[in-house]
Formats: sequence, structure tokens, C-alpha cells
Amino acid sequence: MTARSELLERHSYNPIEALYWLLLIGTFFAFPNYLSIATTVVIMALFALSLDLVLGFAGIVTLGHAAYFGIGAYTAALLASGGWREPIIDAVLAGLASAGLALMIGPALLLLDGLPLIMVTMAVSAILFEAANKASWLTGGDDGLRDFSFLPVFGLFPWSVYGQTSYLYALGWLALLFVLVRRVVSSPFGVALQGIRENRARMRLIGSPVIGHLVRAYTLSAFMAGIAGAVHAQTNKFVSLEVLGIDTSVDVVVMLVLGGIGRLYGALIGAPIYILVKHFAAEWNPYHWMFIIGALLIVAVRFGYGGLLGILGRIEAWFARARGTRKP
Amino acid sequence: MFEIERLTGGWGQTTIVEGLDLSLAPGETVAIVGRNGVGKSTLLELIVGRAQRHTGCIRLGGRELSNLPIHARALAGLGYVPQEREVFASLTVREHLAVASRPGRWSEGAIIDLFPPLGRRLSNLGSQLSGGEQQMLAIARALIGNPKVLLMDEPSEGLAPVVVEQLVHGMRSVVNDGELSVLLVEQRVDIALELASRCLVMDRGRFVYQGTSDQLRQDSDRLAHLIGLDQENRFTATNPHIQSGVKR
Repeated sequence: MTARSELLERHSYNPIEALYWLLLIGTFFAFPNYLSIATTVVIMALFALSLDLVLGFAGIVTLGHAAYFGIGAYTAALLASGGWREPIIDAVLAGLASAGLALMIGPALLLLDGLPLIMVTMAVSAILFEAANKASWLTGGDDGLRDFSFLPVFGLFPWSVYGQTSYLYALGWLALLFVLVRRVVSSPFGVALQGIRENRARMRLIGSPVIGHLVRAYTLSAFMAGIAGAVHAQTNKFVSLEVLGIDTSVDVVVMLVLGGIGRLYGALIGAPIYILVKHFAAEWNPYHWMFIIGALLIVAVRFGYGGLLGILGRIEAWFARARGTRKP
Repeated sequence: MFEIERLTGGWGQTTIVEGLDLSLAPGETVAIVGRNGVGKSTLLELIVGRAQRHTGCIRLGGRELSNLPIHARALAGLGYVPQEREVFASLTVREHLAVASRPGRWSEGAIIDLFPPLGRRLSNLGSQLSGGEQQMLAIARALIGNPKVLLMDEPSEGLAPVVVEQLVHGMRSVVNDGELSVLLVEQRVDIALELASRCLVMDRGRFVYQGTSDQLRQDSDRLAHLIGLDQENRFTATNPHIQSGVKR
């Protein structure tokens, strides 16, 4: 076996994963009245996956990732308002706009680490929020952007009010970018990112261009976040300042922590749990729903190193040990 | 040829090593011995760029390395095995090798031939390895980058004698290979004198003695005086069993 194939094997496909994707596809048929919230789940899972690439695999601690989500959302909406209504190219261009910003600020930003990095990423997000607020002639300010629409996907599937196209379109992006991220983290570049997360100084000593690798990962992550933002704009036909807000940045971090950081599926599991719990808890008690999210977060962090996937992993290991001890 | 010339530096503004000159011919192994805290490790850290150079220069094959960033020095041909090993806890052995690999004589197969225990642990995480295996991995990770000069900082430190024997066996193969220049900092004088053809004794940041390993081995009184060997080590340095590389 070559080193390359072994690397890919670390994140190789497991048959149990099919369950997750079947569940997402099954949702389309089983819950046609909930496709709107299901679309939000898929978009946030994609956004959380983009964050996992930098936070989970490269160790870039950021609390301002909404900046890229927001840039993507506004770019998609503005392009559509300007006449570019083809959704896929629109989303790619939105992703490139976010990646462009990351590529510009990344080399300076990623010289920082820890608390200074958190503060600066938050500041970047806050500056963009205020800039979008002030530039109301462009962004609509508090009122947001609306009155834009998109052509049918592939020229075949119109955007319906029931959200079927929106859901499958978002799911398509999630699947595509999930495969991309999986390949990236399984490659020598992805392994180098994990080495950097653990010990930057050591990686430099083996000749790894640490900042260059971090900028590449950050840019790719911003591209994905931008696409998530674009899909958000395309499926909602509305963009508000909320997409650039600190709450959005915090929410996505909470989703990732809940699901499990640096585990690929952590983002994909954390997002639905967070959004569904938030949705139903808010229905149950509109004033105190955060208590439930907080309790869930405490359980995930306290008992499951690595979020809910960590808890599942420990339970699986416990059963494996129990089976092992029963052997004669 | 690897050369350092009038090298002075340390940590921040504090000078630890002063005015050092040293050259290594291709394929030559040189050992640096000395008491604790005399600047041996700092010298290696200066060469790789982690400590601060105040004056002097470092050249490899005529190319000036002194102003290059750390990763560029590694790409230029410096391999470094730090004292603390610094293996990546969350990467497998195979991932360690893959992430550091550059084309050349040392491939994954050659590494496994050198350190067979690593071949049995390829899918294990760095955190799951014993101290000896971690040290082998640290050396392997430096070797697989196919450096021109290998800097090793006390590779035998903290290891059980039987593990040291395995390690020295592998290091001997590297040294005898003759492809690589090796600068070895080692507290165990027996190992240093066995592996290196030339030996430098360091005290208070300067080289106070340079000579062949044979000369030092035969002059145990001088060796004891230079580096403060106790009776046991003095015996080891002159013991004929030293050829096995294992302290008896």
C-alpha cells in the first residue's frame, strides 16, 4: 500500500455514512412541509463544514467566519439584481468573492494565533457588518436586499414555493463540497494542516510553508462559506445584515462544537441538531430556548471529547471493549 | 560542505554560543559533547533558525542560510531531530512520513528497513508510540525529507538501554551510509565517540577541544577533565565494548 492510499484511507468511505445521506434524501419525500427548515439545515451544514476545514483541521480559531458567508450572500444577490440570474455560476462567483477577501487579508491575519486571531476575525466581521449597514444604497441596509430571482437550475428545475428545488439544490452543493473537503483533508496537504494545528514550529522545521498552507486552507474555506451564503440568498430570495452578524459566526461555531470539531461529519450532524433543537425549543418556550442549547453544549463538551460524534465514538469503543472481555 | 563561521547567538538578546567555527564534509559525522547547559542544543537551534543569530554565518554547499526562514532552511537541506522529539500526537506514523517526504534516497520503505518497529506501527498515532518508537519516528521524519545535513539533539535521552541499542543500530546505518553529514549532540559519550569520526567538546558556548574520536577515547583523563565525566562514564569511554554502541 502506498503512503497516498493510506492517507486517503484515514477518511475512507464507511457504509454507515450512506445512512446519513439517505436520511437527507428521505427528508425530501417524508417531510415535504418542512423543506424550508431542511434547506436551512443543509446550508448551515455546508457553512459549518467550511469552518471545520479551518478550525478543525488547520487549527485557525475564528469567530468571524460570517464575513465570508455574508460576502457570498450579498454577492449572489447583487449579481442577480444586476442581471446575472444563472444560479450555479452565480454561486461560484460569490464563492470567489469571499475567497478573494480571504486571500487578501489571510496572509496578515494568519500570522496571528489564539486570542489575537479571534479578536481580529471578529473585528473584520464587525467592520463588514457596519460597512454593509452604511452602504444601504448597495445592500439595502436594515431592509436587506430583495426583488431578485434566479433562472431554473440547469435550465430545468424552477424554484417552487414549496422549496423542493431549493432543498435539492442546497443538498447538491453540500454533497459536492463534502467530497472536495474529504479529498483535501486526506491529501498530504490536509495532513500538513493537521500537523500545523498541532505544532506550527515543528512543521516549519520539516520544511512546511506554514503560512502558505494556512492561507490556502483559509481561502478554500472562505470559498465554501461564500457558496453557502450564496445558496442562502438564492433559496431565500432575501439577504439581510444578519448574514454578516456575530450571531451567525457564533452559531456556526456552536454547531461544530456540538457535532464534533475536525471530524468531517461533525459539521453535518451539529447543524441539524442545533437548528432543530433551536426550532422546537423556541416553539416550546420562546424566551428560554437558549437554556436547552446551552445544556446540550455542556453535555457535548463535558462528556464527549469531540462533540456528539465523540460521545458516539466512546460508546462504540465501550461496546467493543465489552465484547472483547466476553471472549473466552 | 556545511559550514558555520564565527557564529554567535542565543535566545533573544542573551548570548549562549559565541564565535563558533565548524565545518562538516559531505558524509562526515561530527559529535558535540559537553556538560548540560553549555549551549549544545542552542547551537542546533541557531542552525535551524529557532534561536536568534547575532553574528556569523551558516552555509550549506556554499549557499548562505543565515537569513532564510526556518522552513526554507529545511528545504535547503537541513534535517533536525529535536531533543523533545515533537511527534504529532494526532497523526499516524505513515502520515508523519508522508507529510515530511521529499524525493531522494530515503523513502518509506528505506525508513522501515532502518527502523523495523515503525513498519509494524504505520497506522498508529504518534501518541500511541513508546518513547523509543517516538524517537525512531523523529529521526525517520527528518530522514525522509532527504536532507544533506542531519542535526540530532540527544537522541538517546530518556530511553531504556535496549531501546538505545536499537536506535544506535539504526543511526550507525545512517552514518555508515556515507550520504549524509551528521551533527550529533549527545550526552552519552560512548555513543557519540562510536558514531562520529570527529568530536568537539563544548564549554560555556565555545568549542574547547576538537579532535578525532579515537584521540579522545584514548585520552580518558582529558575527556573527563573536559566534560566532567564520572567514573562510570570514564570507564565507558575507554571500554572496548564501546564498539557495540551499548553501554555495558
